Amino acid sequence: MGHDQKYVDKKYEVVGTRFNRPDGIDKVTGKARYGADASAPGQLVGRVLRSPHAHAQILKINTKKAEQLPGVKAVVTFEDMPDLTSGDQGLADILENCMARGRALYDGHAVAAVAAVDEQTAAKALKLIDVKYKKLPHVTDVDEAMLESAPVIHQRIITRGVEPAPTKPSNISARTQMGYGDVDAGFAEADVIVEKTYKTEQTHQGYIEPHACLASVNPDGTAELWVTTQGHFVFRNVCASLLGFDIAKLKVTSSEIGGGFGGKTHVWAEPVALALSRKANRPVKLVMGRDEVFRATGPTSSTSIDVKMGAKKDGTITAAVAEMRYQGGAFPGNWAMLACMTAFACYDIKNNKSIGWDVIVNRPKVAAYRAPSAPMAAFAVESTIDVLAKEIGVSPIDMRLKNVAREGTVAPYGPTYGPIGIEHTLQAVKDHPHMRAKLKKNQGRGVACGFWFNIGGQTCTDLNIGVDGTVNLALGTVDVGGSRSSMAMIAAEELGIPYEQVRANIADTTSLGHNDMTEGSRGTFSSGMATVFAARDAINVLKQRAAKMWGVPEEDVIWENGQAVATGEGHGNLPPLSLKEIAAKSGRTGGPIAGHNEVTADGAGMGFASHICDVEVDPETGRSTIVRYTVVQDAGKAINPDYVEGQFQGGATQGIGWALNEEYIYGKDGCLQNPGFLDYRIPVCSDLPFIDTKILEVPNPLHPYGVRGVGETSIVPPLAAVGNAIANATGVRMTHAPMSPPRVLAAIDDLENAG
Amino acid sequence: MSNATLVSTTVNGDPVQFACPTDESLMTALRDRVGLTGVKEGCGTGDCGACSITLDGDLVCSCLVLGVEAEGREVATVEGLSADGELHPLQQKFIDHAALQCGICTPGFLVAAKALLDRNPNPSETEIRYALAGNLCRCTGYDKIVHAVQAAAKDMRKKKRR
Repeated sequence: MGHDQKYVDKKYEVVGTRFNRPDGIDKVTGKARYGADASAPGQLVGRVLRSPHAHAQILKINTKKAEQLPGVKAVVTFEDMPDLTSGDQGLADILENCMARGRALYDGHAVAAVAAVDEQTAAKALKLIDVKYKKLPHVTDVDEAMLESAPVIHQRIITRGVEPAPTKPSNISARTQMGYGDVDAGFAEADVIVEKTYKTEQTHQGYIEPHACLASVNPDGTAELWVTTQGHFVFRNVCASLLGFDIAKLKVTSSEIGGGFGGKTHVWAEPVALALSRKANRPVKLVMGRDEVFRATGPTSSTSIDVKMGAKKDGTITAAVAEMRYQGGAFPGNWAMLACMTAFACYDIKNNKSIGWDVIVNRPKVAAYRAPSAPMAAFAVESTIDVLAKEIGVSPIDMRLKNVAREGTVAPYGPTYGPIGIEHTLQAVKDHPHMRAKLKKNQGRGVACGFWFNIGGQTCTDLNIGVDGTVNLALGTVDVGGSRSSMAMIAAEELGIPYEQVRANIADTTSLGHNDMTEGSRGTFSSGMATVFAARDAINVLKQRAAKMWGVPEEDVIWENGQAVATGEGHGNLPPLSLKEIAAKSGRTGGPIAGHNEVTADGAGMGFASHICDVEVDPETGRSTIVRYTVVQDAGKAINPDYVEGQFQGGATQGIGWALNEEYIYGKDGCLQNPGFLDYRIPVCSDLPFIDTKILEVPNPLHPYGVRGVGETSIVPPLAAVGNAIANATGVRMTHAPMSPPRVLAAIDDLENAG
Repeated sequence: MSNATLVSTTVNGDPVQFACPTDESLMTALRDRVGLTGVKEGCGTGDCGACSITLDGDLVCSCLVLGVEAEGREVATVEGLSADGELHPLQQKFIDHAALQCGICTPGFLVAAKALLDRNPNPSETEIRYALAGNLCRCTGYDKIVHAVQAAAKDMRKKKRR
C-alpha cells in the first residue's frame, strides 16, 4: 500500500485548510443570481407546449389562434428550428429532443413554444395551440422494449456491436462487451456460484433549481444567453450549431447553478428560448416548471441486470459475469457501455465479462446523473458479493479485501491501475468505530464499495494581478460545489500570498478559451491544474519585473513565500520584493501582470470509496430508517476538506434516496404519474442522521498536488450498502430498487410464508 | 395585466406597494413585482420550501399564498435577515460550517431555521430535523446544515439576541 512520499511530505500553507467560500455571502443573503433571477428590458415570458402522449404522430399543429392572441409575440414549432446538423446524428437527436419533429416520443416531449408579454397570456396561448395527434403504440420498460413484439421507436436503429448485424431495426441501439480471461474455466474452478437478477427504477438528479434561461437575439446575428448550466462553453457551441450562430457572436454567461449533478450538461429549453427571441426580436425568459423538469429533462436509466459470480472456499472470486440492460430514453445512449466499465472495477478478478445492452424506450432522453450507470451496476455486483460471502462463510469486508484491486491490477475496461485507494478505504472501514456500534433489534449493517473515474478535459484559466497586489482568477469551469474557494486556495498557495488576496470568478464565454463542462468530477482537478500553471506563469512575469526593478539578470531571481528574492553573488543585500510591491510598480515595468494557461488536463485519477450503513427495518410497514452512515473515500489530496466532506455526504444522500424511495412511476398509458416532489420522494432532513466521513489521501501522481476528483463516487455504494444492511436486518435479499416499504414488506411476508 | 389589484404590505420592515393579478402567488409577486429574488421557485406546489417566508411571523411557502393575501401583513424574507450590514448568526454559521453548496435552498432554510429558533431557542437535533423537513436540499445531505443551526442557536443563546 505505497504512498508517493513526495506528495505526503509536501508542506502546504493554504491547501488542505478550511476557508470560507467567496460566494458564501451572496448565497446567504439572497443576492446570488441563478437562472431565473435575471431580467432584461422588454422581456417576454416563454412557455413550452408538451405532448400528453407517450408516443404519437403529430399530424398537424395549428398555431394561428395563439399567434393572434393580443400579447403573444412569437410562436415556434420545429419549422422555426431548421435542421442544420449536416448528418451529425448526435446533434440531430439533440435538436429533435428539444422540439419534436413530426412525432412525439415521450410524455412531455416539447411540441411548440410561445413568447408573450406575461405569464397569464403565455398560458392562454398554449391552450390555443391546436395539435392533432395520432397515438402510436408505446413501450416504457427496458426488458419489454427488447422483445420482438415491442413497437420499434426508430426505424433507423440497427443494433451496433452484434455480429452479424441484425437485418431488422429494433429498440436495441448497441451491445457492448468488456472484460478478459475465460469465465467458463473460472466458473468450473469455483466451489460456490451465485446467480441473481436485479432491477432498478428510473431516478432524476432532483436539483432544486429548475432549468431557466434568458435569451436575447439581435437582428445582426449576435445573441446573449444567461443560463443555469454545468458548462456554458459547451452550451454556446451546441446552441450556435443548432441555430446557425457564429460561436464568437453568442455570448453565454453562466448564472449561479442551483444543482446539476449531470442534469444540466445538456440543452433542452435554451435553443427554444433563442428561437423564440429570434422570432420575436425581444429577450425571452424561459423557466421550466417542476413537472416539466421531471417529464422532459434528462433522468437516469432504469435497468435490468443479471450477475453471476463464482468463488473458491478461500474467498477468491474465480469468475464474474454481468449482463446489463439500460434504457437511454427515446434516443440512443452509451449508458450500458459505461456500466460495463465500472461493474467489476473495484476488484481483481482473473476472469470477468461485462455485457451491456443500450435500449430505446418512450421516456425522456437520459442524461448523466453523478457517476452515470455505476450505482445500478454496483447495486447488483455488491449485493451479489455479500450473498457469495455469506455462502462461503467469509465476512463481507474480508471477501472484498481478498479480491480488491490494487496498483497493477488491470481494470475490466483495459487500463492498468496506478496507485489507487480502495484497499485503504476497506481497511479504514474495518478499523472504523462505526463497525463496533451496537445494533438493536430489527437493525442490520451493510458495507459496499464504489468506483468512478474522473475526466480531465479542456480547461483555460486567466490570472490577473491588480496594482494593489490582489489577484483575480478567471475560471471557465462552473462552480457546482464550492470549487471557487479551492481554486483561490491553490492560486494563493502557488503565489505564496494569503487566501483573502485572491478572488475567483466564473468568466463568460467571450472572456476565455473553451472550457469543458463541470462533470466527470473534473472541476477541481482540471481547473486546479490550470490554476497551478497559470500562477506559475504569472510568477515568471513577477520574477522578470523584479529583475528589472533591481537591474539584475532574470536567472538570479527566485520566488519564495510570496516574494522575489535575489540570489547569486553581490545581490545578497537586496531586500526581497513582495508581490504587492512588484504589482504597485507594474505600470512602469511593462504593464499589467498576468498568467494564463490552457491545458487538456490529463491523468485524472480514479476515486474509490467504501460505505457502512446501519438500517432499522420496521417489520410491520417495511419502512427502512437509516440509523448510522459512514463514507470513507480516497480524495488524493483534499484542497478544502469542508467541501470534500460535502461531496461525500451529498452523494451518499442521493444514493440513499435512490435506494429507498425515489422512482419514476409510469402508468399503462406510458405517462409519468409522479412529476413532483410530493410523490417523487427525495430524502428530507428528518430521514437522516449525521453522515460520518473519513477522507483518505492516496496521491494521484499525475496531478501537481495529487488531487483526485471526488464529486461522483459517493453515490455509487449506497444502493448496495442499504440493500446489504436490509438483508442483515431482516434476512431478506432485495433485488429491486428502490427498496421502498411496499416492496420490503412484500419480501418479508414472502419469507415468512415460505418459512 | 388582467385583474390587477394594488397591495399595500410591509416587507422586511419597510412599507411596500405592488400591483399583481389576483391569481398570482406571493412568491411571484415578491420576485417579479418587488424585485426580491432571494425567494426561489423550486416547485411551485409547496413541496420543496425554497420559497419559504414568514407571514406575520408564521413560516409559509410563498408559492401557496396569493400576492393579494399580503395586504396589511408583515412579510419577512431572507433579505431581511442581516441588519446594519451584519450577518445574522444563522447566515454566518451557514458559511462557517459549509452548510451550503449550490446555495439555492439556503434562503429557504435560513428563514425556516430562524422561525424555529424564534419559537424554540434550544432545539434538540431531532427538533431541528423535523422543523426543517419541509425544506429540500439535494447537495448537502443536511449534515452541515443541522450543525450550522445548532451552532447558531448556541451563539444566539449566548448573546441573547433577537
